[in-house]
Amino acid sequence: MVPNLSEPSGWLPLFFLVAMGIAMVAYVVLDGYDLGVGILLNQASEPEKDTMISSIGPFWDANETWLVLGVGVLLIAFPMAHGIILTELYLPVGIMLAGLILRGVSFDFRAKAHLSQKAVWNFLFFFGSFLAAASQGVMVGREVIGFDSGYLGWIFSFIVALCLPAGYALLGASWLIMKTSGELQLKAVGWARKCLLLTALGVGIISVATPFFSSAIAAKWFNLPNIFFLLPFPVLTMACFVLIDLNLLKMQRDKPAQVWIPFALSVAIFALAFLGIAYSMFPYIVVDKMTIWEAASATESLWVIFWGAVIVLPTIIGYTIYSYKIFWGKTEPLSYY
Amino acid sequence: MFDTLILSRIQFATNMTFHILFPTISIALGWVLFYFKVKFNKTGDTIWSDAYQFWVKIFALTFALGVVSGITMSFQFGTNWPGYMQTVGNIAGPLLGYEVLSAFFLEATFLGIMLFGSKRVSQRAHTFATFLVAFGTSLSAFWIIALDSWMQTPQGFEMINGQAHATNWIEIVFNPSMPYRFFHMMTASFLTVTFLIAGISSYRYLKGINLTGSRVLIKLAMTVAVVLAPLQIVIGDLHGLNTLEYQPVKVAAMEGIWETTKGAPAVLFAIPDESIKTNRYEIAIPKLASLYLTHSLDGEVKGLDAFPGATPPVKPVFFAFRIMVGIGMLMLFTAGVSFYLTRKSKELPKWFLKTLNAMTFSGWLGVLAGWYVTEIGRQPYLVNGVLKTADAVTKVPANMVLGTLVMYIALYLGLIVSYIWVVFYLARQTNPMHIIDGQKSGLTNSISGA
Repeated sequence: MVPNLSEPSGWLPLFFLVAMGIAMVAYVVLDGYDLGVGILLNQASEPEKDTMISSIGPFWDANETWLVLGVGVLLIAFPMAHGIILTELYLPVGIMLAGLILRGVSFDFRAKAHLSQKAVWNFLFFFGSFLAAASQGVMVGREVIGFDSGYLGWIFSFIVALCLPAGYALLGASWLIMKTSGELQLKAVGWARKCLLLTALGVGIISVATPFFSSAIAAKWFNLPNIFFLLPFPVLTMACFVLIDLNLLKMQRDKPAQVWIPFALSVAIFALAFLGIAYSMFPYIVVDKMTIWEAASATESLWVIFWGAVIVLPTIIGYTIYSYKIFWGKTEPLSYY
Repeated sequence: MFDTLILSRIQFATNMTFHILFPTISIALGWVLFYFKVKFNKTGDTIWSDAYQFWVKIFALTFALGVVSGITMSFQFGTNWPGYMQTVGNIAGPLLGYEVLSAFFLEATFLGIMLFGSKRVSQRAHTFATFLVAFGTSLSAFWIIALDSWMQTPQGFEMINGQAHATNWIEIVFNPSMPYRFFHMMTASFLTVTFLIAGISSYRYLKGINLTGSRVLIKLAMTVAVVLAPLQIVIGDLHGLNTLEYQPVKVAAMEGIWETTKGAPAVLFAIPDESIKTNRYEIAIPKLASLYLTHSLDGEVKGLDAFPGATPPVKPVFFAFRIMVGIGMLMLFTAGVSFYLTRKSKELPKWFLKTLNAMTFSGWLGVLAGWYVTEIGRQPYLVNGVLKTADAVTKVPANMVLGTLVMYIALYLGLIVSYIWVVFYLARQTNPMHIIDGQKSGLTNSISGA
């Protein structure tokens, strides 16, 4: 099933799988926090809403570009799978796009339209963010279980659809803890605790349910000696949840706490969950139907884009860091001057 | 009545129509902002900083709409046209990949600095960020037009087991129609923006807002237009000759020529009737089409009958072409009148300002009509001579496509109305400096040991 990895036709698809993985984790974390801020928007007072949006203003556009890169790598490196996956996910993709459109434009319209319309655009910002996150949840759910069309498969997908927005809201709240101060920061601590619980519930359900849908996945996790090597996954994930909660508790009790810890550990939870899913699926890109090598583009095309990626990706990461450094620290009101 | 194929085509056209409106503005507006910035750095004249502050807001809004509608495009290939990537993915993939890697991240990241970073970085860095955003949008146009042109005039590949494999990337990127289409589109973008700026500035002038600044911008925009409008006609003509060489059937549809003729007339107006393969109510100038297509009065022009089974729908191509040319001529005429009027007196007459205001979004019509000509004119092929549109379409049930199509149309109608409304709303603000993204929230103190 795994071809000779010393040949370009063997390792290039693997390279692009890793690249796609990095792009998707980057997307989930980066757009995750700004979608999360959007999901939480309705919980805040009017001036707080402005601060919340200011905190993501310079970043959301570039964050969303990682989604284009993720789906781009799928399209470029695995064109065979690209068609199958996106056709299967036709409706959730359509709804996600509508959500992303709504929130993307609301971001600008809310600040530029007449003040009387601001509430409408605020609501659309929240609604679009939630819609995008929930439909991404459905997409993840469908993909993990190989597009199982039984009603259990759909129930599973809808559970993921509710948990992913909670996870994004966790990232969003942790982002706000870093980027804001005072009352809003305290509120964010409260939001983070609630979302943490929901996220933990979601991760738990997905971890338990996934092996039921595929005996192959179950075997990969529970056969000896795999189970011992894989033990760190659930243990580390649980540790992250506990540590975040302890840290948030400290903040609520006004004890010294590092504001970056909830965000960093939330990112770790997402990374671990992603690795877990990736391990479950590998080497399939469409579960039990198509491996990454069967789905890959022609080797000569992969070479062309390989060199581009090797040169350009570090540059992108470089100027992304530069941009975050420029807007480092607590959020100030955004102005064009 | 409607099957998945026709619904998917309508959906793609809807998405594309909506999407292209915004890049058309942001490609040229990015460079215009860079010009304002450089001009201000050099002269220190607040006319230029005011112009930058005002237009950067329109740019931000336009850019956001372009980004979100662009994300939709990147998914459409997979959701509605899986056969496209499965057949020519080896070519289209890397071209799209380079667009994302080289352009999308560049423009999106530096946009944040360009919009919100002017207090946080040096003026020089801010000017450079503005440059990178403008450069990124043009680079993005380069890659996507390379791909579109390759679909029109494909070369540099071989077919192996029904899949295209690249043999020469230079030939693929710089395929025969690419340079013409690229310059045609870039010029179209600049013309659209000159009329947008002139239109909005006229609107502001008529409302008595920022009189000096508005006058300067109208003059600047019309000076650029008076050069670009004739240039665009020359580029368009060269593009047409290129199309005649590589896609003669498209030209036959554009001209409404049903039968191969020597000394073909130029049809000014007609209603093409596909059922009887002839033009109704035709008004034509004898031999003129032969003259400008073959540079000889009796030159032979291939008609639609020379391409049985491979002709595009004639009506939309025929009419869209006339709309595009009409808008181009109108722009040329308006720019010429403006040039004449400003030489006569400093003050532009009210009727002319109203005309400019009415033409604010005229570039959009021309650009859309032009893209309709070239894309519908490529039918029934998706990749000319290689892949038919009907063979690439998804197997998703028609009612699902109908559902998303209705959703997109509703969304886009709402957004386009909001966009135009907000552009004019911003134009009515006497001091646009007061509009900021996110007002001061009064939060100062931090809890816990940050």
